[in-house]
Amino acid sequence: MSTAPLRLVGNDDYGVKIPASSAAPAIESETQLRALLTALSGVDAVGLEARAAKLATRSIKKSTKMAAIDLAISMVDLTTLEGADTPGRVSSLCAKALRPDPRDLTVPSVAAVCVYPDLVAHARSVLGSAPVAVASVATAFPSGRASLAVKLLDVREALAAGADEIDMVIDRGAFLSGRLGQAFEEIVAVKGACGDAHLKVILETGELVTYDNVRRASWLAMLGGADFIKTSTGKVSVNATTPVALVMLEAVRDYAETTGRIVGVKVAGGIRTTKDAMKYLVLVNETTGSTWLTPHLFRFGASSLLNDLLMQRLKQRRGAYVRPDEFSGD
Amino acid sequence: MSDSRLDVRKTYKLLINGAFPRSESGRSYEVASAGGEFVANMAQGSRKDLRDAVAAARVAQVKWWGSSAYNRGQVIYRLAEMAEARRAELAEHVALAEGLSIKKAERSVARAIDRVVWYAGWTDKIAQVYGGANPVAGPFFNFSLPIPSGVVGIIASQESSLEGFVDAALAPIAAGNAVIVVASERRPIPGVLLGEMSATSDFPAGVLNVVTGITSELAPTLASHEDVDGIDLSGVTGDAANDLNAAAASSIKRVFRPRDGDGADSTRRLRAFIETSTVWHTIGQ
Repeated sequence: MSTAPLRLVGNDDYGVKIPASSAAPAIESETQLRALLTALSGVDAVGLEARAAKLATRSIKKSTKMAAIDLAISMVDLTTLEGADTPGRVSSLCAKALRPDPRDLTVPSVAAVCVYPDLVAHARSVLGSAPVAVASVATAFPSGRASLAVKLLDVREALAAGADEIDMVIDRGAFLSGRLGQAFEEIVAVKGACGDAHLKVILETGELVTYDNVRRASWLAMLGGADFIKTSTGKVSVNATTPVALVMLEAVRDYAETTGRIVGVKVAGGIRTTKDAMKYLVLVNETTGSTWLTPHLFRFGASSLLNDLLMQRLKQRRGAYVRPDEFSGD
Repeated sequence: MSDSRLDVRKTYKLLINGAFPRSESGRSYEVASAGGEFVANMAQGSRKDLRDAVAAARVAQVKWWGSSAYNRGQVIYRLAEMAEARRAELAEHVALAEGLSIKKAERSVARAIDRVVWYAGWTDKIAQVYGGANPVAGPFFNFSLPIPSGVVGIIASQESSLEGFVDAALAPIAAGNAVIVVASERRPIPGVLLGEMSATSDFPAGVLNVVTGITSELAPTLASHEDVDGIDLSGVTGDAANDLNAAAASSIKRVFRPRDGDGADSTRRLRAFIETSTVWHTIGQ
């Protein structure tokens, strides 16, 4: 599996200039946090959507497409978050994560499987020491409507069961009603509970209403210690969109240039086709530069996307369109 | 009243999943009459248009076969009703495309519409005629039932712009398949018109898809597509047909090739894209 950054287009001049030494500002009060977040410039929504749409038209072909498909596969967080999940279903998901196409060993493994906390132990036992991480949603996913104590317990249980990555949701109620300090402290507390485990902070952009809010929430999460910022839970009607991903990538870029700390981005929900995935890879390359084109810094939260990537991969190799049922379903 | 009205010219578009897109590729090509005069611009379909059409047909076929045979017959009959109302337009374009007199074209249209009605009648008779109860040595009922192949690609006749189109498209549809028809390259308009009529005939979106364009470009994609279960090679001949036959074999498809003497009452096309499913059931339970 190659995790080396892939250059799709452009040159390194697009990339982020990361300062040699600087640090994230220490947040000591809600007033300071509020001042910092409101000082962020507003988002030009029309310009943003036009740029996202323009970048989405870029055409990726042939060997570049093959490389991009493999890169996208290696970036997938293969996800099952259903009430009806069973250990059997998680087992087959893990098998698929390890060997997405069992007939072709050149297909890379995916980055992680993403499950509910109660299935983490099972996923961990199936995956063993394989190079596929176990991510767990936690903190009263997907609504985040529970007390901090309950959320922290949720996180600790997932970690005790063997999770390598925690996908937490921010408290949208607090954020939207202006209780920024509360939303921030929760992230800090969860980050503290995570220890070495990677923390992905779900902004649930579909509920944040404006791009300005997405930018502020991105900064809030990064200041709170997020290793990744993630668009959506996949449980509300509006999921990841390219403009929202662009705002978040810009936030990540600006944050890295300001503080020197590199934060990843995960887009989740509604990404089903290879074409969609390519759009996001182009956005990443053109916004943050190729440094981010690695599973350590960019992920797709998806389930059906993987089969479409495999189908396109096989189509490129065979030169003929393939049956969707060549690959196992969920 | 002034007679200096601007011409309202029609560009003919594809029919994919119940919608009428221009080609994804943005290309178009000119269609001329048999006499060589410009008639209209056609969307020039691409491999990706076919891919989209196949994906749509796969979904639509389940719904189409899930409806009752009686209902399928009603829907196909509805297409005849729609075509009947637009006979003049069909005849005009058949005459232009095939270089016929308007009288001959009208007769061709009438035959084509009659064929639509004929296929409508077949929907609930295919199982009666081609299925059956098999005698077996034991206390069992044993039934053989014809079921559709699934998604069928059709390279429609290059010459017979409407009658050929109707036979190739409606026979597999009557048997419960969903189809993607690549219309005649030089004579596509009557088929495209029939596609337009199907959109107001209660066909579920995706059961009948019509793609126009360059046959030699489109046919190999359809023949090699692994999610297509059968292919009708009426509109190709010679080496091209043999190559398509080979591509169809490597992706395991049923192949239909017309024979000399396939008359108007031939049921070969009805039988071309059905499979036989045999079920056993104990007697007295």
